[in-house]
This record gives sequence, C-alpha cells and structure tokens, in this order.
Amino acid sequence: MVALLKSGVSKIGGTVLEVTPAIGRLTLYIVSSISWFFRPPFRRKLFFEQMVFMGNKSLFIVILTSSFSGMVFAYQIYLGFTAFSVDSFVGPIVAIAMCKELAPVLTGLVVAGRCGAAMAAQIGTMKVTEQVDALECMGVNSIQYLAVPRIFATTVTMPMLCGIFMLVANFGSWVIGVKVLGIDGVMYFAKLSDFMNLSMILEGLIKAGVFGFIISIIGTYQGFAVKGGAEGVGKGTNMAVVWGMIMVLISDFFLTAILAKVL
Amino acid sequence: MSNAIEFNHLTKTFGEHTVLNSLDFNVHEGKITTILGFSGAGKSTLLKHILGIYHPTSGQVKVLGQDLTELNEGELREFRTNFGMVFQYSALFDSMTNFDNVAFPMREFTKKSEKQIKEDVLSLMAQVGLEDHAWYKLPSEISGGMRKRVGLARGLALSPKVMLYDEPTTGLDPITTHMVDDLITSTHKSGAHLPMTSVIISHDVAATLRISDYIAFLELGQVVEHLSVEEFKRSTNPTIRRFLELS
Repeated sequence: MVALLKSGVSKIGGTVLEVTPAIGRLTLYIVSSISWFFRPPFRRKLFFEQMVFMGNKSLFIVILTSSFSGMVFAYQIYLGFTAFSVDSFVGPIVAIAMCKELAPVLTGLVVAGRCGAAMAAQIGTMKVTEQVDALECMGVNSIQYLAVPRIFATTVTMPMLCGIFMLVANFGSWVIGVKVLGIDGVMYFAKLSDFMNLSMILEGLIKAGVFGFIISIIGTYQGFAVKGGAEGVGKGTNMAVVWGMIMVLISDFFLTAILAKVL
Repeated sequence: MSNAIEFNHLTKTFGEHTVLNSLDFNVHEGKITTILGFSGAGKSTLLKHILGIYHPTSGQVKVLGQDLTELNEGELREFRTNFGMVFQYSALFDSMTNFDNVAFPMREFTKKSEKQIKEDVLSLMAQVGLEDHAWYKLPSEISGGMRKRVGLARGLALSPKVMLYDEPTTGLDPITTHMVDDLITSTHKSGAHLPMTSVIISHDVAATLRISDYIAFLELGQVVEHLSVEEFKRSTNPTIRRFLELS
C-alpha cells in the first residue's frame, strides 16, 4: 500500500517537474515573441508573404467548410423547427451560432490543421538542417525573423477568414432555407435583423484573432522545439496540430465567458 | 604575434557534464587554425563560444580584443557581423535561390542598393567558382560541392574578419574535399579584411595538415597541444600519434 502510494506521488511529482519548466519555456517564448514584434527591423515583405500563405491559400478550404457547415446547420434546424411552424427562425439561429461560435472555432480548427502544422514543419526543418543556427550566427534573431511575421500574419488574417466564413455560411443557410426548403425570404431576413446585432459579429472576430495568436504561438514554438531529424519534425508538426486544436476549444470557453461580460 | 581569439580558463558545463574544462588557448591573427579532436571532445561547443551563442559557465572568451561575456544580446548580434560561418551541410536557406542566400546578409545588415548587392553577389559567386547556371537555382537543385561554394560566398558576404568552418569537408568525395580545401586557403588569402583569421573544426587529418598554419588538439575539454603543422607531425603525444596513424 505504501509502495503504491509512493509510486503515485512519484508519478505526480514527475509530471509536475516535466510540465512546469515547459510552461515556463512557453511563457518566455510568448514574452520574447511579443517584445521582438516591437523592435526593428520590421520585415513587411515577410509579413505580407505569410499573410498570403495563411489567408489567401486557406481561402478555398474555409469557403468549402463554411458553405457546407451553413447548409447542413440550416437543414438540421429546419427539420426541428418546421414541426412547430417556426421555420422562419432558421436564419437568425444559424447566423447567431455561426457568428458567435462556429465561424471562429471552425476557422480556427482549419487554420490549426493547415497553417499550424506548416509553421511547425517549416521552422522544425530549418532547425534540424542548421538554418536556424545560420540565422543566429549571422546576428539575425530567429524568433524575430521566423516567428514574428507568422504570429502577426495569423493574428491579423484569422478575423478576415472568420468574416468570410460567416458570410459564406449564412449565404449557404439562405440558399438551403429559402431557395431549397421554401422558407419565406422576407421573413428570413426580417427575423435575421430582429435577432442579430453587430456585437455578435464582433465577438466572433475577436475570438478569431485570439485563436490566430494561439495557433501561431503553438505552431512556431513547436517548430523551434524540434529535436533530432525527420522524426522530430513529424512529432513537432503533430503536437502543433493537436495542441492548436485543443487550445482553440479550451480558450473558446473562457473567451465566451469574458466577452459575454464585455460586449 | 597578436591573437584574434583568446580563451582564458574557459569552462562549460551542461548539467553535471563538463564539456570544456578550464581551457586556455589563443588563435593567432591572420592564420588558419584547425581544432582537431575526437567526436564529443567539445569542438562545436568551442565554436559556439566564439560566436557568443554559448555563454561560459566560467572563464572568458575574447574575440578581436572584445570580451564576449561583457556584451549584451543586441551587442553580440552586431558583433557577429565580424564572422563568416560555413556549416557542415552548408545550412543554406532552402526557400531562397543561391543568389538570395548570398544576398541575405547584405540585405539584412547593409544599406546597399539592390544594384550594388547584385554586383557584389555575382562577384562573390565568381570568386568561389560557382557556375552561372547555378546562381538562380534553389540549393536543393545543386550538388553538395556547389552548395559548399554558395555557403562560403554567403559567409564572405559581409567581408568578415574571422571565418569559421564547421567540419567543411565531412561527407564529401576526395576531389570535392580538395576543392573545398583550395577554396578555404584562397579565401583566407583574398578576404576583404586582411589579415583574415580562419578557424576550422575538423576530423579530417589529411586536409588539416594540408591547409592549416596551426593545429589545436582538443581532448577531455582541454587543448592538450597547440602547435604549428610541422611540430604537430613530430608530436610525441600518444593520442596525437594514434590519431595521425589511424588517419
């Protein structure tokens, strides 16, 4: 019994000893990234290149995801609401859910899968092939050169992608609701304007910006943390996607609680 | 003879493992010095101290008269522009063309116009013998020997006072090894800042004997011998004798 207790305490202690420095390293990394953002040289070209990669090249996946999400959500709501003859509420229900929750979260998951993984893989590969060392040897700060443009670009681009997600999802909902299922078009928009307000859209956009920051911090951090060769890069990429997605979902809860009081 | 680099009682430990143990050693200015030693002897750790990437656990590292332990992070970064570094596997930026790799330090640290940068880059690439068909290719599209040339041209881009080479001939065929050796010696003699000091980390005894002025032998975290090439060949140190015989 005593041995079992000792083993349990030892395991908990081991985990604490492992996790605490990791949290410390991540915190220092976040502080360092933010501080390097404000220090020259400001590399606008790199920032715009990353915006193109994060935004423009994610656009197709976001449009595809949002259109089908809007359509399926509208269809499901319609199936439930039509039994009570309140199918005109399909529009506002879809719009509120999309703007406040689904658009930022689903955009976050898509970007974590696509861009978070890419950031970890790119920086991780540069790390194992000594390209990061080469930057440092030349006197270029690798966090400023590699991480800051990615973090800034993702934080700025995510709300834009989220806005597009909201628009396309609601268009998909309108197509299914009004054009396919026969909901009255005038009622659809009347209810939409009754229940929707700007703060709901703002809530979604703020969340998207925060998710973008979190995803890029995790993606770049995992890239710099890569050790070994190809296996290390694979592991870092995997960690970036998994933790990026988990942190989007966890932070969504806290952001919802905070923004409900602020907005 | 003045010293370009001075290590005074340099000790570096990682946890409980001591890699450099109160090491005393000077690199003479304007000479090619090769640091030889077994794997794990601390050669790369020593190189990273020269660049100020590692900070000594105790002791002092002076480069070009400047004590690196007195510099803050920003000053260290600026100071590193005095160095040119050639990596074991070249470490070229794989997303950039060979031209952009060489132009990179100039774009980062000088106010030269793009026209001036283009002239300087083409001149450097010609100096290291890079054929013109390779100029605008990606590093992945050229051979290992060509990549070495690009790496050397990049190292020379800021006209460094000290060139550092991390195992420059590891994994290369004998002909390319000779080519790299010739490049190192010709670069040493034709650098913009003369006299240029070159420090090479190597396992390759034959190449070391061919191109070095001085050889430092690193063992158990200390420089056990620091001799001219001729003295090194005659050394009676049993470890060096064995090293020479096995090579």
